[in-house]
Amino acid sequence: MTAVAQDLPGVADATTDALLSVDGLRVEFGPADAPLVAVKDVGLTIAPGEIVGLIGESGSGKSLTCRSIMRLIGAPGRVTAGTVDFEGRDVLAMSSKELRDFRAHDVGMIYQDPFSSLNPVMRIGDHLRETLRANRGMSKAEARAEGIALLERVGIPDPERRYLSYPHELSGGMRQRVMIALATASRPRLLLADEPTTALDVTTQAQILDLLTDMRRELGMAVLVVSHDFGVIAQVCDRVCVMYGGHVVETGPVERIYADPQHPYTKALLDSVPDMESAGNPVRREGIPGYPPELTDVLPGCVFAPRCAHARPGCTSVPMVLQPVDAAAPDAGSTACPVRPFSVGGPFDPVAGSPPDPVAVPVSPQPAAATAAMTAAETAARAQTGDPGDLPAPGEARITQPTDQESTR
Amino acid sequence: MTGEPILHVEGVTKTFGMRRTLRERVGRAEAAEHRAVDDVSFTVGRGEILGLAGGSGSGKTTLARCLIRLVEPDSGAVRLGDDDVLAAKGADLRELRRRMQMVFQDPYASLNPRMTVGTALHEAGRVHRRPGSEDADRFVTELLARVHLSPTIAARRPRELSGGQRQRVAVARALAVGPEVLIADEAVSALDVSVQAQLLNLFLDLRDELGVAIVFVAHQLAVIAEVADRVAIMHQGRMVEIGDAGVVLRDPQHEYTRALLAAHPHPDPRGRAGVA
Ligand SMILES: Nc1ncnc2c1ncn2[C@@H]1O[C@H](COP(=O)(O)OP(=O)(O)OP(=O)(O)O)[C@@H](O)[C@H]1O
Ligand SMILES: Nc1ncnc2c1ncn2[C@@H]1O[C@H](COP(=O)(O)OP(=O)(O)OP(=O)(O)O)[C@@H](O)[C@H]1O
Ligand code: SF4
Ligand SMILES: [Mg+2]
Ligand SMILES: [Mg+2]
Repeated sequence: MTAVAQDLPGVADATTDALLSVDGLRVEFGPADAPLVAVKDVGLTIAPGEIVGLIGESGSGKSLTCRSIMRLIGAPGRVTAGTVDFEGRDVLAMSSKELRDFRAHDVGMIYQDPFSSLNPVMRIGDHLRETLRANRGMSKAEARAEGIALLERVGIPDPERRYLSYPHELSGGMRQRVMIALATASRPRLLLADEPTTALDVTTQAQILDLLTDMRRELGMAVLVVSHDFGVIAQVCDRVCVMYGGHVVETGPVERIYADPQHPYTKALLDSVPDMESAGNPVRREGIPGYPPELTDVLPGCVFAPRCAHARPGCTSVPMVLQPVDAAAPDAGSTACPVRPFSVGGPFDPVAGSPPDPVAVPVSPQPAAATAAMTAAETAARAQTGDPGDLPAPGEARITQPTDQESTR
Repeated sequence: MTGEPILHVEGVTKTFGMRRTLRERVGRAEAAEHRAVDDVSFTVGRGEILGLAGGSGSGKTTLARCLIRLVEPDSGAVRLGDDDVLAAKGADLRELRRRMQMVFQDPYASLNPRMTVGTALHEAGRVHRRPGSEDADRFVTELLARVHLSPTIAARRPRELSGGQRQRVAVARALAVGPEVLIADEAVSALDVSVQAQLLNLFLDLRDELGVAIVFVAHQLAVIAEVADRVAIMHQGRMVEIGDAGVVLRDPQHEYTRALLAAHPHPDPRGRAGVA
């Protein structure tokens, strides 16, 4: 995001229109002299009423990014760099009173772990009433009526009875709906939804996603949705940010990300998306070889290099900076991978998505034949659009495909 | 590939919210409202994965818990091989619980917050005298590798892990005691798809290499499609459909299964209903 804002005239202004803009966020744990850096450099913006998806490797820092926006990083964790700007206000510099107001009125959060965020000895109604009285100054009776209405809105059957239930008496899905009712009780401008449908069945999930899009339409609420389920992301999001190893590695409109991922990690992620077509014929998917980076690792250059099927020697000096995927189309988003070309088509592309050879453990590089096929197809695509496919990073030489691979057939 | 049945479940029923005496007094129809699991029967074979799907509150977790008596069923029978699970007591019950491990929807439930991951994994193996558990470091490292976690995770406590890391530790904890039946309740739902793919491969490996029978509860039908040999669908406490995965998910017979399939979100955004 940073790079886009700086490099493209006119786009810089977009940030000032943003409801939320996070820039250069860094979150550390552990001792100051040998920190564990969980979030390294995260930037993202959300416009009013926009639904943005945050996807990526488990442990890549998605939840910590959400918590940082709420300023909810508990000691020993700390934000050591970056800014969080909400409508021109600097969240990281807010006084405790401003912060209380901010959390009560402007932003709501659904936590990843609904089990530990409801107090087991408080009834569902007590949770709701407390929130409504504190945030919306309602009387006891008003809070009760509104609380029941909220339970109804999130699709809890028999809300009057559930108002009196304890958390352990509800199924996982119902508890999650209670969390959504709580997070949206004060009609926030921004909802941070960390895995909002993870524990839900598909019917309930569809209802919750409808609920989120309705609230966006009716209240103009913007949403940051963290989800592992690309089906969920595809249903509701306008844009997607992909995280890996404490960085945003790619961002763009959901359609473009799905059909034409421009970062090898995004592509590997999409290739792992479970598919109904497997029914009755389960096959092993290749996933991504190796381990995600350790928090103590200081990786030179691209954070994905140790596991990337397209890595080449120059990748260890690539800066982790987002560059537009297409200089002529700033709306298409940006990627931190400067290597071109590495792929064509979407995850189910007949060429790129063919089942992996089970024997050939995919370390690097890409099998020569596949690379050649991609290169040919990509060249053809470029010839059609007149896109030179050239993307030099400012002050940084672009890493080009070694010619011997390009010509292999 | 599927062996003889190892887990037999017959007519398991569990009712919440009313004491038995009271339920006997009120009419049957009223009592049925609180029936979380209603007369459920099925079997799972050695080396078979049974996918279990169904709506929120349909009784999947309650059923799963009945199988290892974390919840005591009101009636019905559960047998592991030739052993009667519902009648077992004391040491026999403990041994049955070792042979049937559960991975919970809530990974905190199976992890002691004060223990490091390494200690917890080793303890589980040591208590049950698992082969290899004499060498703590190696035992722990191998288990972590099975779930694709690096050995350095061993020094951390549950709250120092991301959601996905915690869930993988919970799977490793279950594997530490060498189970014959694994009951996984939404065990991969919180994982990113690449890690999820690795864990699904792990379940397939456990099935093929160790002949573990797996009851795999998940709400994402596409995830079930990736691993299940057979699929069962729950609705309001009842098992409304059970059969081969290819049949149930491609040519469902029950109306409710069809509704579930219709609600399943497709990962291609171009197909979505106008949400712009
Ligand atoms: N209290 C803590 N102490 C030390 N490390 C922590 C702590 N909380 C989180 N971490 C580490 O920070 C990293 C990022 O965690 P985070 O919870 O943001 O991941 P995530 O992207 O949300 O993953 P998931 O998809 O699994 O939920 C992980 O490696 C995690 O282990
Ligand atoms: N301890 C309990 N006391 C009272 N009712 C309970 C208890 N545990 C579960 N229930 C009820 O039993 C029904 C089935 O719940 P269960 O947790 O088994 O559903 P589930 O299919 O696992 O749902 P989910 O997909 O949301 O996890 C629900 O109506 C729930 O409210
Ligand atoms: S910069 Fe290199 S290692 Fe990194 S994603 Fe691109 S090709 Fe892979
Ligand atoms: Mg998380
Ligand atoms: Mg459940």
